[in-house]
Amino acid sequence: MSRLKDLQKNLFGGTTSNARQFGMIFTLVAIVVLFQILTDGLTLRSDNLIALFQQNSYILILAIGMLMVIVAGHIDLSVGSVAAFAGILVAKSMTEWDLPWPAAIVFGLAIGAVIGAWQGFWVAYIGVPAFIVTLAGMLLFRGGNQFIGNASTVPVPEGFREIGSGFLPEFGPNTGYNNATLLLGLAAALAVVWREIQSRKTRRAMDADPAPMWISILRMAIMVGVIAFAALRFASGRVGTSFPISGIILLVLVIAYSFYTRNTAGGRHIYAVGGNSRAAELSGVKLKRVNFFVMMNMSVLAALAGMIFVARSAASGPQDGNGWELDAIAAVFIGGAAVAGGIGTISGSIVGGLVMAVLNNGLQLMGVGTDRVQIIKGLVLLLAVAIDVYNKSQGRFSIIGSLMRPFRREDSVPPASPPDAERKPAKAAVSG
Amino acid sequence: MSDVPILLEMRSITKEFPGVKALSDVNLVVRAGEIHAICGENGAGKSTLMKVLSGVYPHGTYDGKITYQGSESKFSDIRASENAGIVIIHQELALIPGMSIAENIFLGNEPRKRGAIDWKAANRMALDLMARVGLEEDPDTLIKDIGVGKQQLVEIAKAFAKDVKLLILDEPTAALNEADSKHLLDLLRGFRSRGITSIMISHKLNEIEAIADQITILRDGRTVETLDVKADGVDEDRIVRGMVGRELSSRFPDHTPKIGEVFFEVRDWNVRHPISAERQVCKNESFVVRRGEIVGFAGLMGAGRTELAMSVFGRSYGVFESGTIIKDGKEIVLKSVADAIDNGLAYVSEDRKAIGLNLLDDIKTSTVAAKLSKISHHGVLNEVEEYQAAESYRKELRTKAPTVDESVSKLSGGNQQKVVLAKWMFTDPDLLILDEPTRGIDVGAKYEIYGIIQRLADQGKGVIVISSELPELIGLCDRIYTVFEGAITGEIARADATPETLMKQMTSTKKMATR
Repeated sequence: MSRLKDLQKNLFGGTTSNARQFGMIFTLVAIVVLFQILTDGLTLRSDNLIALFQQNSYILILAIGMLMVIVAGHIDLSVGSVAAFAGILVAKSMTEWDLPWPAAIVFGLAIGAVIGAWQGFWVAYIGVPAFIVTLAGMLLFRGGNQFIGNASTVPVPEGFREIGSGFLPEFGPNTGYNNATLLLGLAAALAVVWREIQSRKTRRAMDADPAPMWISILRMAIMVGVIAFAALRFASGRVGTSFPISGIILLVLVIAYSFYTRNTAGGRHIYAVGGNSRAAELSGVKLKRVNFFVMMNMSVLAALAGMIFVARSAASGPQDGNGWELDAIAAVFIGGAAVAGGIGTISGSIVGGLVMAVLNNGLQLMGVGTDRVQIIKGLVLLLAVAIDVYNKSQGRFSIIGSLMRPFRREDSVPPASPPDAERKPAKAAVSG
Repeated sequence: MSDVPILLEMRSITKEFPGVKALSDVNLVVRAGEIHAICGENGAGKSTLMKVLSGVYPHGTYDGKITYQGSESKFSDIRASENAGIVIIHQELALIPGMSIAENIFLGNEPRKRGAIDWKAANRMALDLMARVGLEEDPDTLIKDIGVGKQQLVEIAKAFAKDVKLLILDEPTAALNEADSKHLLDLLRGFRSRGITSIMISHKLNEIEAIADQITILRDGRTVETLDVKADGVDEDRIVRGMVGRELSSRFPDHTPKIGEVFFEVRDWNVRHPISAERQVCKNESFVVRRGEIVGFAGLMGAGRTELAMSVFGRSYGVFESGTIIKDGKEIVLKSVADAIDNGLAYVSEDRKAIGLNLLDDIKTSTVAAKLSKISHHGVLNEVEEYQAAESYRKELRTKAPTVDESVSKLSGGNQQKVVLAKWMFTDPDLLILDEPTRGIDVGAKYEIYGIIQRLADQGKGVIVISSELPELIGLCDRIYTVFEGAITGEIARADATPETLMKQMTSTKKMATR
């Protein structure tokens, strides 16, 4: 029994925010297994996995930026339009102005930065709610895309397509697998082991008992197992396919932004602003700068996502990025972010996005029409957040969370005092 | 008193949260028409007991029996208890600022005519209810346009609209000034003479002594005793003894100040209101702080003490007009909170939940929040250093929490305040400005906080204490400035400070130097 408890407590960290994430990972595994059975093994086949990553990498990239926006207490409805706007400009820059493709990518990111600065300016320095600013941006940049592209499609050259539809190259001896992918898997496995050792060191330095050794080993074994399985799958697809370039871009971004949000002062400021902006301000956080940054960063990532999409579909079109904002927002909320801001993780959002992606993919493999897929996706989003809200109202963080914690006081957070910073109550003397 | 019928009897109430026994075998007997005070330190179980009574924790989630008006009550929710005439008024008022007095009074209980709200009747009835609580305002006035004292009265009027028989007030005077508190207490006496029973939770023992008939004291989730104020001759010390379980010989730790040179000076400070620019909230204010000195700021509500402190603290309030700050002989310009922190200033705000802490954070994160640079290298945070810093402050300040991973929202007021103090001590300030450092904190924790403040002064830091409790200022401070309507009206040395002398200068514009 105590071993089971140890397992529950330690396998995924055991804190409440991790509890929700654990729930989502659990859900993801369950959905994958379910569809694996329902589709007679199609779901985990190499080509399907590869397609799944290629089709969803841009949504997951958006989810990274969206997580930060939502944690800071904002929302961005314009990402789909910004992606389309950047996409058409980049496509034009290559076909009409003959910009070489690497320069075009830089150009695209710069467009994202300029758009982001525009939206960030209104949100951070003028104080217009992000909902309004980005609703306006959604119309503005969708219109801009169709204005510039004359509502027609613009093809992109071969080299540029690599970022959307390219794969890790083949090299080295013939192993029957894609060697580059295998090496990537090996590196990932080593990283997992290294992190586990580091985390044990950290725990010890904090005078806390690290998790029992067997749990560390079990945790590493599971993760290394998953990585090995994935690497072999990705490496054994049709000749010429392997781990997609867009997947590499996503991986790099996930690692970089996870590190930024968790381990740097800048990242922590975002959480502080979302949790209590006034308290953050009085602790020396530069509120405007943080708000400006998250909005700007979002648009840069949106431009990147737009370019990857254009590269994958080999052309930029007027309907690119339609509804992406909703997929990204759904991923973030399914991944455990709080609507009011201050709570959420990059990894959670990625898992949330993968849940939606696998669901989408599995239903399509089963031949379910897009009409019914949408209905099911809508219900899943509602249900995932509803369960969390319900559990919070019951004083638990989540069902999983309550299972994982030996006890938890039911006291909920008292309602904050009225948001009226001007009034200064109780300035009176009370003599005793 | 024993011949008066019992209105409410709570017998052997036990309420357990997973792993924590919040109440065990608590008994409470309230007789009809009395004012019954419930005292206890924070975390003693007062609020939990009231939540059990009002159905927030419905019947079945606790053990024990509630007998109300002669029969057993099994409230399933707040509505059920309100229907029975039990109304609870929380410390955080549940009014909607953008709605009028009448709208708030009848919120959820609107008088209707053919399905539509009958505003004529509502206003007429509101006026009637307002008269009963002595509130003279137009019922169409918006809540945000009246003061906290009047808002409290609206809450009580709202209770009367529900035909209250047992009125429960949780810290009713915590946010009120003296005049409003007095009015409220008179009102409660009036209710008593009209046969309305009140239960009052309060930390202000002088008020309890003045108004209560019976006092039930809770400690660690148990009933300690029930005192009859008149028969037992109860005074404040007696209540404190019951609450802390020992005699508190003094409310303030012994302290011999080690006062050094003047190191911080504000000269001719002028600040305007952030929205209405014609209002000047700081008028030519000048003051000095010496090393090792605890300086008090006394003043009435709206005198502008918080405004002064916050505007000095990196212009975090109002529109700066003119004035100079001199620290260690050099003029410094603080344009932002970050500037202020870098120059060794710290400001502990009066409202720790609204603007002092991020309630989503744990102790660890909160402790280092104002000086992340101290635990980071090239912008990357060091988890171990963060933990060690938080842990050392937890031990030093004796913050009651299992680990520094505990969420600050779960801590009691006193422990939250210790976390806020730790957060600012972590920034290594030379000058700490503490705004109402002991508000809503129980007696035992107050004593500890006073000790911390004195230790900080002894380390050679300057400490400014803004407080609405004159005894606190007199007991703690080496020197006290009085503030009235945005101007400093007096400077009183500890030896000359009495509530009377302070009050005199807090209410007059004339500057009288007693030094």
